[in-house]
Amino acid sequence: MQKIKKFSARTVNLPNEDIDTDQIIPARFLTRQTTDGIGKCLFADWRFDKSGRPKEDFILNQPESSDAEILVAGNNFGCGSSREHAAWSLLDYGFRAIISTSFADIFQNNSLKNGLITIAVNLETHKWLLEHPATTLIVDLDNTQICLENGKVISFPIDSFARYCLLNGVDQLGYLLNHDTEISAYENKQQ
Amino acid sequence: MQTAPKTLFDKIWEQHVVVPETEDTPAILYIDLHLIHEVTTPQAFSLLRENNLKVRTPQKVLATMDHSTPTVPIASLKDLDIVSESGPAQQIRDMIQNCKDFDIELYGFESKYRGIVHVIGPELGATQPGKTIVCGDSHTSTHGAFGALAFGIGTTEVAHVLATQCLLQRKPRTLAVNLNGKLNEGVSAKDIILKVIGQIGVGGGTGHVIEYRGNTVASLTLEQRMTICNMSIEAGARAGLFAPDEATYEYLDGRPRSPKGKEWDRALKVWKGWQTDTDASFDKEVDIDVSALTPMITYGTNPGMVMSIESTIPDHKGNQSLKKALDYMHFESGKSLLNHPIDVVFIGSCTNSRLSDLRDAATILKGRKIAENMRVLIVPGSQSVKAEAEAEGLDRIFRESGAEWRESGCSMCLGMNGDTVGSGKLAVSTSNRNFEGRQGSGSRTILASPKTAAASAITGSVQDPRQFETQV
Repeated sequence: MQKIKKFSARTVNLPNEDIDTDQIIPARFLTRQTTDGIGKCLFADWRFDKSGRPKEDFILNQPESSDAEILVAGNNFGCGSSREHAAWSLLDYGFRAIISTSFADIFQNNSLKNGLITIAVNLETHKWLLEHPATTLIVDLDNTQICLENGKVISFPIDSFARYCLLNGVDQLGYLLNHDTEISAYENKQQ
Repeated sequence: MQTAPKTLFDKIWEQHVVVPETEDTPAILYIDLHLIHEVTTPQAFSLLRENNLKVRTPQKVLATMDHSTPTVPIASLKDLDIVSESGPAQQIRDMIQNCKDFDIELYGFESKYRGIVHVIGPELGATQPGKTIVCGDSHTSTHGAFGALAFGIGTTEVAHVLATQCLLQRKPRTLAVNLNGKLNEGVSAKDIILKVIGQIGVGGGTGHVIEYRGNTVASLTLEQRMTICNMSIEAGARAGLFAPDEATYEYLDGRPRSPKGKEWDRALKVWKGWQTDTDASFDKEVDIDVSALTPMITYGTNPGMVMSIESTIPDHKGNQSLKKALDYMHFESGKSLLNHPIDVVFIGSCTNSRLSDLRDAATILKGRKIAENMRVLIVPGSQSVKAEAEAEGLDRIFRESGAEWRESGCSMCLGMNGDTVGSGKLAVSTSNRNFEGRQGSGSRTILASPKTAAASAITGSVQDPRQFETQV
């Protein structure tokens, strides 16, 4: 796992509420056996028309969005299917963080395990971000805060263990494997 | 010292904690049953191979294939390429290889027990009260109908469970949904859960485990409870739960993986303890008057955009998400959907593909014909359900009505196996998600119960099933 501490990036707004993982990546792309190049499938039915041409009116296809690495989305982002392909496709496309007012549980879990930071903000900050498209933010994971272009600093909640793993590049599977003794003891007790 | 009263969820959680949660670290939770299917496991198996890891407890893994499998009959796996595209076909072959390489028993193509993972777990008796059950599939919540703590996980977590039989988890909060009153004729469990989602919203259960309680519960069959738990995730909940009762034990008695003889007696004693204590409190509570329910239908692009079939589509009041949803559906605020023409009816999915669902549809389709130019696809949840339905002659009723009767699988619910609604077409579907394009690119979906779907198939338009005389 790559360590993540602090980065600065531009935002792009997708204010729809309840964006589900079927929109993030439609089911027909779930037959892939690896995650390589999966960013091509991100928001496929919103980005491309039936013949595969980019839809000009979709925000990610507009020139000013080309270098955006933070997605500002509407409430309850990532609801629906548990497909981790959603987090993989957002990352592979180039996003490093998603900002919303809330996230669906499984999507949030999947994202943090892959180094995609989910940042839940209050309505006021969310509104400011939507009113200031393509703004540049600093995401400071060490201090669990984002710094807006207007100088405002806003704290965001993140699970302390997820934060520790991201900051130190710790693999959660390795952490679990290190508890083999406790797992075996539990199994013996149950028998 | 007196211990504080606990909820059923608290009890199952505590029983499975290997290492307790602290401020800095989540709990390590032991998983009793790991269900796997072909779509959310390939990268997990790759992770095991890369790290030279084995599956810790293969006997606690139950594998099947359902999402990518075709529902048109084929004589053997050799014929897969005739009916399937290369992606799904390869995924099926890889699943067979992965299970072989890691010593996991697979209910594969030739198995008479093959089917949708959330249908076969209970059918086999693998789903039992008090167990922790996970699967790389959000509808794992289905198994909560038996008093098991069951929830969906991502592929990285699938690898965690394969390698360690454990998960890192923060303890969720609890939500009691109190169901009271008697279900009216023509109204079903699907209508109950659609009502719940409509009331609390698609994010209303986020971070919570729901326990369904109240005086309606005793009258609900296990199949009805599965439908309700199945769609708990559509309200954002981690899991749905019903405390086990006599109906649960009766369902499990004699199933292939249920305990036998003295083991059964011992299990029963333990299972009876999986109840919420009388004075236990929940973080949130919601009340639903079941006796006031009518058939429910969705009008938008998530399951929370739902109304009584007698109602009219609400005003979007400037809500851009609802406006966008209505534009996508080609629906208008203020209009009723009764008699609105449809193109397709799908009866199936892990929500509504069990024998009782098919019987519900058959009571309406018996002796009637589906409307001209309609496509009606009826897909049993498992090969066992298929065999049982055929033994009762339900397949004949369906075929004589003009519907297609298929092999088991997820089919048109998510449109990744060859079964799709078609771009721009409108379906009444007994599945669980009406997201944009969920049933294939450009598809439009109205979620409803099997009875509502069957009634709509006959006229080729949205219909209230209560106006149809049912044939038993």
